Amino acid sequence: MSLIDALDVRAGEAAHLILRRATVLDPVAGIDSVHDVVVRDGRIAELASPGEADADGAEVVEAEGLHAFPAFFDPHVHLRTPGHEHKEDVETGTRAAAAGGYCGILAMANTQPPVSTAADITALREQAQASASVPVGFLATVTKGMKGEELTEMVELREAGAIGFTDDGLPITSAGVMRRALQYQHLCGGNIALHEEDPALSREGAMHEGAVSAALGLAGVPSVSESTMVARDAALAGYERACIHVQHLSAAESVEVVRAAKAAGVQISAEASPHHLCLTDEAVRSLDPHRHRMNPPLREERDRQALIEGLRDGTIECIATDHAPHQPEEKDVPFEQAAMGVTGLETAFAALHTELVLPGVIDLALLVERLGGGAAPFDLERPTLAPGSEANVALCDLGAEWTVGEDGYESRSANSWCAGETLTGRVLMTVAAGQVAYRLRSFSLGVAA
Amino acid sequence: MKHLLSIEQLSREEIEAILDRAESFAEVGRRDIKKVPTLRGRTVVSLFYESSTRTSSSFDLAAKRLSADLVSVKAAGSSVDKGESLKDTIATLSAYDPAAIVIRHPYAGAAQMVAGWTAAAVVNAGDGKHEHPSQALLDVYTLRRRLGSLEGVRIWIVGDVLHSRVARSNLIAFNRMGAEVTVCGPPTLIPRGIEELGCEVSYSLNGVEEAEVVYALRMQKERMSESFVPSLREYAANFQIDTRRLNPRQLLMHPGPVNRGVELSGEAIDSPQSLITEQVAAGLVVRMAILYELLAGSEGQTPAGEGEGSKPTPIGTPA
Repeated sequence: MSLIDALDVRAGEAAHLILRRATVLDPVAGIDSVHDVVVRDGRIAELASPGEADADGAEVVEAEGLHAFPAFFDPHVHLRTPGHEHKEDVETGTRAAAAGGYCGILAMANTQPPVSTAADITALREQAQASASVPVGFLATVTKGMKGEELTEMVELREAGAIGFTDDGLPITSAGVMRRALQYQHLCGGNIALHEEDPALSREGAMHEGAVSAALGLAGVPSVSESTMVARDAALAGYERACIHVQHLSAAESVEVVRAAKAAGVQISAEASPHHLCLTDEAVRSLDPHRHRMNPPLREERDRQALIEGLRDGTIECIATDHAPHQPEEKDVPFEQAAMGVTGLETAFAALHTELVLPGVIDLALLVERLGGGAAPFDLERPTLAPGSEANVALCDLGAEWTVGEDGYESRSANSWCAGETLTGRVLMTVAAGQVAYRLRSFSLGVAA
Repeated sequence: MKHLLSIEQLSREEIEAILDRAESFAEVGRRDIKKVPTLRGRTVVSLFYESSTRTSSSFDLAAKRLSADLVSVKAAGSSVDKGESLKDTIATLSAYDPAAIVIRHPYAGAAQMVAGWTAAAVVNAGDGKHEHPSQALLDVYTLRRRLGSLEGVRIWIVGDVLHSRVARSNLIAFNRMGAEVTVCGPPTLIPRGIEELGCEVSYSLNGVEEAEVVYALRMQKERMSESFVPSLREYAANFQIDTRRLNPRQLLMHPGPVNRGVELSGEAIDSPQSLITEQVAAGLVVRMAILYELLAGSEGQTPAGEGEGSKPTPIGTPA
């Protein structure tokens, strides 16, 4: 299903734009050349020869030297509503997404109370229709109240519009409950997104278990806490011929398990987060709870390399931010006491461009492909710039340098894992589901670049 | 040195400077009047979020011997009980304009965070299972007095290394002073990756006879319920330091408080080779030296209005 049909967004004016002389890069459609991108009535009308498109009343954006990508899709965002609107809500979270070049996101269900009933889904969809800058889909919990004991009314939730299911934030510890959910998926449909962690192994761990945790005296979360659960659920999914999506892969062992499961024909997809792709547990020596306290924890260089290799060979089909907003009072406490998670929507592209593309670790096309790879696991059409498609465009200046946080954030929270870092590459404008969702202020004033 | 947050931050020279200073305070301690006016008119706050006997009493006494005004706050019975955050507590106490805040906290990195919130010099008196720098300094001081130098000295740290901030700080400090360290304990209580801090790892006491110094750690009773060891009895059978395992030329240390009959036999504690009471005595002079270095040392600030110009009061002058 297209994003606009499956997800919810505030209705607005259909975009009528020409991105003049933009460098168009769409790895899936196989486009890598300079065009006038013509957006008419919210659709990609034409990729015209540079300088040749007729303005015809459309807004003309001088995009020479700028890149137009299919906008990104994030299958892992915490919008914090209901219950924690002091951290984020639909309006601020989707504004942050738009600022990051996203044209669609999926919201997690670990709110207060968790999203467990059809009424919850209906209420959230109404909010999105009233205030979302980019299309949002909502996942419902797999188990009632995320207790890991009884399944939610998954059929009714799907009928109300739940895109899929997740107990993200917590693992489903009981293999029996997990198996029932996978069996029931044949009736209700919808992918099941899994936070993989064995609490008996991770215990009160506050960071990755290794030399750095030994040096800091922090209780460690061993890599096997994640990989053993991935292995269990891959085996169950294979056995039940069901479909699972593994969230925020962090350990080399887990990547290996996913790779083997795919080779064995299991319907399994996986995501990695920008912070796990850019940082290691060495960063935790800072003991900075704002930037480096998250679950799963930052792991070792060999894990980071395994994640990158997973991105390259397709074991990991998408990058997901796990955007997890928290307020300062939840972070201005010693590391072990701090709330877990970092924000990521506004910086994902720029950070990965700076840390992985510019040094030549991965190429730009792969980054763009993986930033859009989160739609397919949830049976959503991936964004593309092919003529005739719904307009979902991220217009970026790959040379722009900016310092994260210096102009504030669109998100209500400031716990960015790269706060204060200078990044290269910036989203100037985002078109989502045919509407202009975002313009960088200085860009719309004509002073950027 | 603006703060003492960890041993990790200290060079060998800085460690030696503190120990030399402590030697001169030891000399003061042998006088009838044991108090000096160095920190007169300045305030030291001691803020303890965890129970402590040795560390809190010796820091308090050290501040008093230096003539500082002391505010001693225990978390139990304070606003912490009412849910005040660490940040707000520090803001409150900082309003008294203290020269130093000595803090013990159950979580790693607390002292470092506090240093970002206050103008006072911050002394880490133990942060979670991370570091306990003043303990490491007093232990190095004790050994240096006994052995002259730690260069090439073989030291075994025995027991629950996983949950011990003392083990971590001492390992770093002993290494920095040139000693060769082995950590020893059951595999469940040795953190994975500890050898990267520069030590050998042994899962049994075989070979402990080669050590010049055996440093035993406290074995907490609650570890049994978490299956780290099957029983205290089995732990003691394999890791207790007793006079049979200790040869007469080895020195024995322990940070206290001791579980008699668990990590140490009563006989070993009371043996002449035990340095445990010397460690406690060293705690006072080393903590005086720490406060002095931070508040009146070469880079520290001088108390205003003492009429002595910019030079710190010589420590030899009685109050």
